[in-house]
Order: sequence, then structure tokens, then C-alpha cells
Amino acid sequence: MMRLELVKRSEKSRLMSVLSPVVAVALTVVFAGIVFAAQGHNPLTGIWYFFLEPITSLWGVEQLITKATPLVIIALGLSVCYLSNNWNIGAEGQLTIGAIVGSIPPILFPDFVNPVVLPLMLLMAMAGGALYALIPAKLKTVFGTNEILTSLMLVYCSNLFLDWMVRGPWRSPQGYNFPITIDFHEWAVLNAVDVGGIYLNLSAPIALLLVIVLAVVMRSTLKGFEIRVLGQSPRAGSFAGFSTRRMTAFAFALSGALAGLAGMMVVMSEIGKLQPVISPGYGFTAIIVAFLGRLNPIGILIAGLVIASSYLGGEAIQTSLQMSSKLATVIQGVLLFFVLAADTLILYKVRLVTGREGESAHA
Amino acid sequence: MLEAIILTIITAATPLLLAATGELVVEKSGVLNLGVEGMMVMGAVAGFAVTISTGSPLLGIVGGAVAGMLVSLIFAFVTLTLVANQVASGLALTLFGLGLSGLMGESFVGQPGLKLQSLDVPGLTDLPFVGKILFGQDILVYLSFAAVFGVSWFLNRTRAGLILRAVGDNHTSAHALGYSVVGVRYLAVAFGGAMAGLGGAYLSVAYTPLWVENMTAGRGWIALALVVFASWIPWRAAVGAYLFGAVTVLQFHAQAFGVGFPSQFLAMLPYLATVVVLVAISGNRRATLFNTPSSLGKSFVPDR
Repeated sequence: MMRLELVKRSEKSRLMSVLSPVVAVALTVVFAGIVFAAQGHNPLTGIWYFFLEPITSLWGVEQLITKATPLVIIALGLSVCYLSNNWNIGAEGQLTIGAIVGSIPPILFPDFVNPVVLPLMLLMAMAGGALYALIPAKLKTVFGTNEILTSLMLVYCSNLFLDWMVRGPWRSPQGYNFPITIDFHEWAVLNAVDVGGIYLNLSAPIALLLVIVLAVVMRSTLKGFEIRVLGQSPRAGSFAGFSTRRMTAFAFALSGALAGLAGMMVVMSEIGKLQPVISPGYGFTAIIVAFLGRLNPIGILIAGLVIASSYLGGEAIQTSLQMSSKLATVIQGVLLFFVLAADTLILYKVRLVTGREGESAHA
Repeated sequence: MLEAIILTIITAATPLLLAATGELVVEKSGVLNLGVEGMMVMGAVAGFAVTISTGSPLLGIVGGAVAGMLVSLIFAFVTLTLVANQVASGLALTLFGLGLSGLMGESFVGQPGLKLQSLDVPGLTDLPFVGKILFGQDILVYLSFAAVFGVSWFLNRTRAGLILRAVGDNHTSAHALGYSVVGVRYLAVAFGGAMAGLGGAYLSVAYTPLWVENMTAGRGWIALALVVFASWIPWRAAVGAYLFGAVTVLQFHAQAFGVGFPSQFLAMLPYLATVVVLVAISGNRRATLFNTPSSLGKSFVPDR
């Protein structure tokens, strides 16, 4: 009988820290190839259409950046949560509530039309997302309630709340009874500008800026140190005078604010109003992005682009190979498994042992 | 009227109870599998697929259990053999299950399914009031209660159950005593997967014989909350599942009677109730901590 045996490394393997996501992506490509072959397609053709073809055109690159932007912004916030051992999985709900709160100015005050509206909306969205995220955070610090379950339950509530808003109080009188709000006015949307053939709006540079800020904070500030220490050893952190409770509130508020910001920018750039569904699950996919990026800001930037390409790949195989675009979500899930499994290589050497060898080792 | 309400409460509670009983055993062995939602939804799609391709709802629920178990083994391999983070791997399992079931179920959307037969004992089932409730249910309802008693007996009265609890409470000592920590946990995770698969199959074969994408609608997460609510005691999970069933049914009846309250807020009730219950239970630290498996969520690598 053969089995896998783990041998602990004396220290973390730096090489594997960099290589493990690459290994994971490579294994995912192989997996995708097998799926294409199983469906009767040439695996290489499938891989080409899924992973590469979408980014061969300028339009594809534009789509890639558009899809990656919210994922990266949300994943940055989640990485701070996960590093500090706070399991916020309700980013999707914080995104939704943020977008609702941020939409108050153009919907309730449609005559308030001036350049202040846009930053005001973004700030309100961040505040809304942060406050919504503070619910599970406070329940955790005050009552010791499991934040994984509460933050997720609040996702369902926020989606139902949005559904009620756009069908009830905020439904547009001119919307032919469709569940939509009035269109946002010109100062409440993000317009794209031509950047070398690619049309981009403000959200992509904001995402890039956030990546840089968080990278600096994590690498060279006390706050970054505090986040990591409290995640790895709350006891050691408390000796240093850091408070686990404050960190929980901070991490949740930050990730909620970023999710709200991302949600608002998606609404402002792609939809221009509120409707029952405003996100194709960005808040959940961002969890994969955070882990694939090894909870590191630069890694998250790359991971965001990789995962965004799988959305485009899903659409590409639908049009080119008549396969289901749902394959993209499966591939994302598989990728996350491979990432988590490959991380084992950082701390352990994996050996394949046969039964006989194993027995003699015990003797 | 009351009879009808009780009957619907049973159907709403059964999938939760099946999944929660399975997860309870998993957590007692020290493993936190947050992928219940993913395993349930796989059970739902597989249950539906097997039912309409074989024409047998009974084979369908077996298929659901097998599918739940198979995907749980991916989780087991990643967290037990490769000692990956259990929380993240559980999330991966949920995302993977939701994606794969959506892909597998695409061709089933809108197709009519077959409903699992209910028990019909001549004489007994026709009894007024209690007849239908006690003797007119389908096999999964009886199985969910059998599972509660079975798991309770297994954990508290058998040697194997004692070993499982030892592994969950202190994996280092259990290993030193010569028990296979990883082996026990593999079996527990597989059992949890099969039970979640049954819960999912209940939805697509007995509750509403249809396949709808994401049809579990968070029930896997509620089942996880039930395990905490039950503080890892099987009969309490049954009480919890029926309380939640009652909340769900209450919401449907309120909608049907057109209570002047937006339906969306009523639909939030089961989720809000979960939050409230979790807060209430975590306020009572002593009861919770006493039963919490001490090694819950911690990876184990045997030092040789």
C-alpha cells in the first residue's frame, strides 16, 4: 500500500512560498485540460480558449481589468481579516449594503447634481459596508459568536433587503414595473476614458493604489506587524500590548469598507442604477483571490487577474466550444483546493512511501 | 390546519437534521468541515439526476449520499493528508460544490422529477391527526430520527464512539494510544458527507422534486449553526432543526396569509434566527465549552 507522508521542514521554504501558487495554477490547467478532453474537445484548444484567447484582444484586456478590479479590492480587505484570524466570509453582503447606502444621494436626492456626489457616494458606501461588517465583528468580540456563520447569514439578509428596496420603496416610477431604481445622474457614474486603446474608469487606478498602500502598511508599519502577530499568536500579541478585540473590529471594518467601495464602483461603472442582482458573487470569489494571492497584496493583484480571466474564459468557451460557462466556477473552486494543498509544500516535504518502507521505519 | 403545519415543519426540518447530525460526528472527531453547503448541493443534484435516470427515488437518495461522500473525501484528502487549513478548505468545498452542481444540473433545470414515496400503512396512516404525522412520512424522515438515536448511541455507548471522541478531544494522546487519528477522521468526514448528501437529496427528491441551481439556499450553513446550537449533543440538534423548520414554515404561512409585511423580510427570518440563536448560545459559555471537541479545527501531523 502506498501513502503520502509529511516531513516537517526545519524552516519555511522560500522557494515554495513563491512556487506553490504557480504549481496550483499549473495543476488547474491540467485539470481543465482533462475536463475538455472528457467533453470531447482537444484539451489544448480548450485551454487556449479558456485561459489565453480572452486576453489576446484589447477589449479582452479591458474586460479582464474591469472584472479583476472589484475582486482585488475585496480580497485586499479579506487578506487583513484572514491574516489576523478573523473569518469574514460575508463580503458579498457588505458589498451589497455598501452599494445601497452609497446610492442614497443619486436616488433620494436626484436634484443634488455636482462633483461632490461621486466622492460622497464612495465614502458612504465604505461606511455602509464597514458598519454592516461590524455586526459580526461585535457579535464575536462581545458574545464570542462564531463570525463565519454570522457574516454569511447576513449575506442572505442583505440580498433580500436589496431585493425589497428595488421592488419597493426605491422602484423607479418610469421603470415599467421592472425592479430597478431610477438611473444615476451624470455625476454619480464612473465614466471610462481611453488609455491607449483600453477604456478604463477610476476604479482600476484606485485598486492599484490600494494594493500599494496595503503592501507598504503590511511590510513596514507597526499596524502590519500587529495584524500578523495577532493572527499567529494572540497571546504574544497581547504581551506586545495589541488588542485582539480592536483588531477584529479593525479587520472587519476595513474589509467591509473595501467590499462596499468595490460594490459601489461596480454599480457606478457597469450598471448605473440598482437592481436585484448587482454582483456575480464577487464577494465569494474574492475569498479565492485572497488565498491564491497568499494573503499578500501584490499576490492578490496577480491572483485577481488570474481569477478574472477565468470569468472571461467561461464566456469564451461558451461561444467558441458551446460549453457551459459554469465550468468557470468549478475551475475556480478546484484552483482554491490546489492552492491550499500546494501550500503544504511550504511547511512540509511530501514523500510517497510504500507500506513496507513505512513498517520498517517504525520498527 | 395544525396537522398541515406540523407536516410542513417536518419537511423543512429533515434536511437540516440529516446534515447537522452528520456534521456533529465530523466535529466530534475534531474536524471542522465548513463545506456542508457544497456537499448538500451536490447531494441534491446527484439525487435528482439518479432519480430521473433510473426512475427510482430510492436509488436517487443513495446517489445523493454517495455524491456528498465523494466530495467530502476531497476535503478530507486536502485537510487530513495534506494538513491544509480546514476553514479555507471548507469554503473551497462549498464554492466547488455550488459550481459543479450548477454545471451538472444545467440540463435538469425545468425538468419534472419524481417524488419519494411516503409510508402508507393501512389503518395506521389513516388514523386521525397522528396517522399522517407518525406513519405517513418518507424514509428519510424516519432515517433522520434513526440517525439521531444511532449517533447518540454510537458516541456515548460504543468503544468506537469513545475512540472518535478521544481523537476529537486530544489527537496527540489518541495517537500515542495507537489509534489512527487520520483514519478515524477520514471515516467521520465521509459519514458527514453522506449525511449532507442525503439532506441535499431530500430537497430535490422529497421536498420539491425539482432541480434549481443553489437550491440548498444556505441550509448547509444553518446545519453548521445547528451543531453549535446543539453544543454537540444529537438530540438537541433535532430540537434545533425542528425549531428552524417551524420558523421557515411560519414565514411561508405568514406570506400565504398576506400579512402586511414585505415577503423579503419574512424570508430573512431563518437567517436572522440563526444569528440570534448563535448569539444566545455563545452567551452561555460553560455549556458550550464543556462539549466543544478540544482539537476542533486543528490539523494533526503524526510525528514518527
